[in-house]
Amino acid sequence: MTQAFRIENGGLINRDKKLSFKFNGKTYLGYEGDTLASALLANGVHLVGRSFKYHRPRGFFGAGVDEPYAVVQLFRNGETEPNIKATEQELFEGLEAKSVNCWPSVNFDIGAINNFLKIFLPAGFYYKTFMWPKSFWYRIYEPFIRKAAGLGVASTKHDKERYEHKYEYCDLLIAGSGPSGLAGAYAAAKNGAKVILAEDKPRFGGSLLTNDVNIGNQSGKDWAEGIIAELKTMPNVVVKNRSQIFGYYDHNMLVMSEKVSDHLPSTKKYNPNKRLWYIRAKEVLISSGSIERPIVFGNNDTPGVMLSSAAKEYLKVYGVLVGRTPLVFTNNDSGYETAIEFKKHGVDPVVLDSRKNPESEIIDEAKNLGINIKNSYVVVAAQGYKKVKSADIASITEDKKQLGKIENIKCDCICVSGFWTPTIHLASQSGNKTKFKEEIDAFVPGQSKQNEITLGAANGVFTLEETLKTSFKAGSELSKKITENDNEIAIPNVVEKKSSQHDKFWCVPLPKGKNYKRFLDFQNDVAVSDIEIALREGYRSIEHVKRYTTLGMATDQGKTSNLNGLQLVSEIENKVVPAVGHTTFRPPYTPVSIGAIVGREVGKHSKPTRKSPMHSWHEKNNAVFVDAGVWLRPRYYKRGNENLFEASKREAKNVRTNVGVCDVTTLGKIDVKGPDAAELLNRVYTNAWLKLPVGKARYGVMLREDGIVMDDGTTTRISENHYHMTTTTAQAANVLSHLEYYLQLVWPELNVNVVSTTEQWAGAAIAGPKSRDLLQKLFPNSDVSNEGLPFMGYMEGDLSGVKARIFRISFSGELAYEVNVESDFGNFMWEKIMGVGEEFNIQPYGTEALSTLRIEMGHVAGSELDGRTIPFDNALEGLVSKKKDFIGKRSLQRSAFIAEDRQRIVGVVPLDKQTSIPEGSHLVKDDKAPLPNPKLGHISASCWSVEYDNPFSLAILKDGKNMIGQKLFAMSPLKNKVIPVEIVSSHYVDPKGERVRS
Amino acid sequence: MLYINCPHCGMRSQNEFSYGGDASVIRPELNKEVSDQEWDNFVYNRKSLRGKHLELWQHISGCRQWIKVERDTATHEIFRTFKSDEEVA
Ligand SMILES: [Zn+2]
Repeated sequence: MTQAFRIENGGLINRDKKLSFKFNGKTYLGYEGDTLASALLANGVHLVGRSFKYHRPRGFFGAGVDEPYAVVQLFRNGETEPNIKATEQELFEGLEAKSVNCWPSVNFDIGAINNFLKIFLPAGFYYKTFMWPKSFWYRIYEPFIRKAAGLGVASTKHDKERYEHKYEYCDLLIAGSGPSGLAGAYAAAKNGAKVILAEDKPRFGGSLLTNDVNIGNQSGKDWAEGIIAELKTMPNVVVKNRSQIFGYYDHNMLVMSEKVSDHLPSTKKYNPNKRLWYIRAKEVLISSGSIERPIVFGNNDTPGVMLSSAAKEYLKVYGVLVGRTPLVFTNNDSGYETAIEFKKHGVDPVVLDSRKNPESEIIDEAKNLGINIKNSYVVVAAQGYKKVKSADIASITEDKKQLGKIENIKCDCICVSGFWTPTIHLASQSGNKTKFKEEIDAFVPGQSKQNEITLGAANGVFTLEETLKTSFKAGSELSKKITENDNEIAIPNVVEKKSSQHDKFWCVPLPKGKNYKRFLDFQNDVAVSDIEIALREGYRSIEHVKRYTTLGMATDQGKTSNLNGLQLVSEIENKVVPAVGHTTFRPPYTPVSIGAIVGREVGKHSKPTRKSPMHSWHEKNNAVFVDAGVWLRPRYYKRGNENLFEASKREAKNVRTNVGVCDVTTLGKIDVKGPDAAELLNRVYTNAWLKLPVGKARYGVMLREDGIVMDDGTTTRISENHYHMTTTTAQAANVLSHLEYYLQLVWPELNVNVVSTTEQWAGAAIAGPKSRDLLQKLFPNSDVSNEGLPFMGYMEGDLSGVKARIFRISFSGELAYEVNVESDFGNFMWEKIMGVGEEFNIQPYGTEALSTLRIEMGHVAGSELDGRTIPFDNALEGLVSKKKDFIGKRSLQRSAFIAEDRQRIVGVVPLDKQTSIPEGSHLVKDDKAPLPNPKLGHISASCWSVEYDNPFSLAILKDGKNMIGQKLFAMSPLKNKVIPVEIVSSHYVDPKGERVRS
Repeated sequence: MLYINCPHCGMRSQNEFSYGGDASVIRPELNKEVSDQEWDNFVYNRKSLRGKHLELWQHISGCRQWIKVERDTATHEIFRTFKSDEEVA
């Protein structure tokens, strides 16, 4: 079969380039410039899918973004994408597509039984039926619905395609390249404004491509091509096709999805598949045109029933006949334009016009061509199951209530025109208060909220002359405001045929004794009867009717159904349409690929990766890394076949017996400088800071104003007015903002500067009984003895010519030091430490060993400082000054915070000294108590104590102070564990803290 | 996405800023006796206005300055922006 419905000449396709493609496994031919829809229609294929609820056969209804039916699953270059409109997908060599929503096949569809059992599927069916019995949902209803319904399958594979984001700024953004968009863009561009013109289709020109008009002695199409060609030469203009502006957000930010590669068999090297543009526009011209409205009649969803404008577009743009015996059903002059095109191509259409005696230039032309026109006639019902075979037609009285005798006429398609609906989605999204325009039975934009203006058909203006006049003017005036240029544009002469008034008629009554389905929403299968039921059941708000019946809730967002639904509600309710109001338009205007929304932020690009200067050394030495915020930190260094548990135990043990080194570069570091630096610290930390001498470090805890611990760390006085603050890795950014907040807003009188120095310093913690010996060898010219560098002391040192900062601080609870050098020398320092440390049996240790060491010492970290604990809970009340005021102090007087049985940190040991307690386990008194078993506390951190060789955990426990020695149960329903435990002191190892001072 | 006029840097997109809440809240002075009610009002109680709202934002990916923004919480319209030490008249 070779494109039997393609006319010999004409259309804008490239007939020199034949393309082969597959649909539902069968191979067809089309031309370059086709859409999948036009190529299928050229081959006489009208059956493309099944409807959502009743699984009725579905064909093509439109020719673009408004298409409710022809949604396919696309296969391209090894990838698959669901929810693709065949009317938008451009044909390429080797394209493959499949019908969706039909199982097992489009021709034989099991779900179609729903159509015959439709008594079970009225409005609200899902709500009513699937509510009970509850147990049926997962076992029966959901699997059935999932299999029988749905609009395609998302791929579960990693997407090979690349997507990009782009940020752009312009003076004037124009949505749509029809006559209005072109005129506006041209006038603004001539005034030197920075213009972006976006067109969702591959071809520019909008209605000018299909309407028989003349502008400046050229055809509309030629005029459009000329304007585009000129705009493309202008440096201040960006012209984009295949680009849909789908969202209008706050402060004139619009988002556009550009299909860069979807029309090609595969994406070109270095090109993205799609590009998402975030455009901040000073002014926006919405020239998105209008969408033809259907007229509702019996079986109006049969394949072969389509919009008359779509039939015209298939013919004029693609050279495709949608039928050979077309029936045109119209309530306005647009249907005649389609009929005239048919006639010009040797096909005899029949026109049914619901109007009694309309007169206009267009109708005269149709009459002169000898087209068969029946006035006061309507289509009562389409006949045929998988394709229109004939139509039941009848005359209709002027009040549109009574049908005459029903006749049947043969036809293979029904082209329907119920007038035009302005596309107001973008205007509505911007916050524009839309208003109902009686003359066109539709909503148009009203009062602007943002800097946007809607012109042309989108504004309900359907004559070319006025559209061009207003759009040239708007382009000039909007740009003049910005560029202050005022170049006059001569408005070209326009020749167009005058139309007559349309008929306010949108739904054909049912003939007596017939119960045809008359569909409003074609994608979600919402019929007239469904709306009637919803209203009968008491739904009044249009938003509720929408949700109950799913009218307009499909992926086409009701582009062809909303207004007819409103008409029906207003008629039954006896209200005018504006009183019913329309539902809210929300972005996106048309479905957008998740890939495009995500852009490049996938996989390891989903967040930045920060590496310490010693990262490559860790890699070379078998480090297994763990994410710590955005940092990568060694979790442990694997030796042989060791697992995490074995390696971390070895590393921790080596710290306790010899010496270990840990990369602590990731700790947050903030330089605090200025004459009032001490005063700031004194207000920020809970303990006293005014008397800290130069060359000394101090541990501090800072609170939020609500009394909860925010962070902890050591801060060192480097010189008189210079402090080096450290924060936890996770809180570094928050602490800096916190300090800036108080310095800028609360205490601007303090003369202090704060700046992050996290990345300026590389840090190594050297811990273990042999750490001093090692340090002495590293810094042979410095006195690092217990007297020369006591606990919490600080000095500068010379590390083989590199300036180093040496802090005697300890997180591990051992004798320990931290050495900092400038980041560039980080690796130098590390290798030096490892080299010199060899004779002391040094081993690097990772975060897992670090955790073990701090847990058995009872040192708190993020798992205890979890945003729910106060100093007392962490046994840090000794650091809370009673004398001075500080951030959050007043909150510590809250009754809950001073309660007798306040929660507090404790140690937990399993009675069997064997079973590790899962973190997050709850501590309960009675493991057999009925649920909900009262929780006394939770396990915050667990480790294997290398000191005692048994499991040890920390917990935050109610009345923890008085619970030492008690026996409780740790319960973890997640891990299905119940472990008898004993509560001990949180300071499990070296409770007096002698080692750090040794 | 909002478009915020940083008084130090000019027009910048919202994703460069972080929100800091009601700018009219004043921290009680240090070392001053504060009643439970006053402290509650400072720490917890907010008006959650619909309409014109003076609020704090920090230009976190820019100049790092805390600024005051007069914004309509219903329409997102931004009327004026101020430096942290500027008088709001
Ligand atoms: Zn700024």
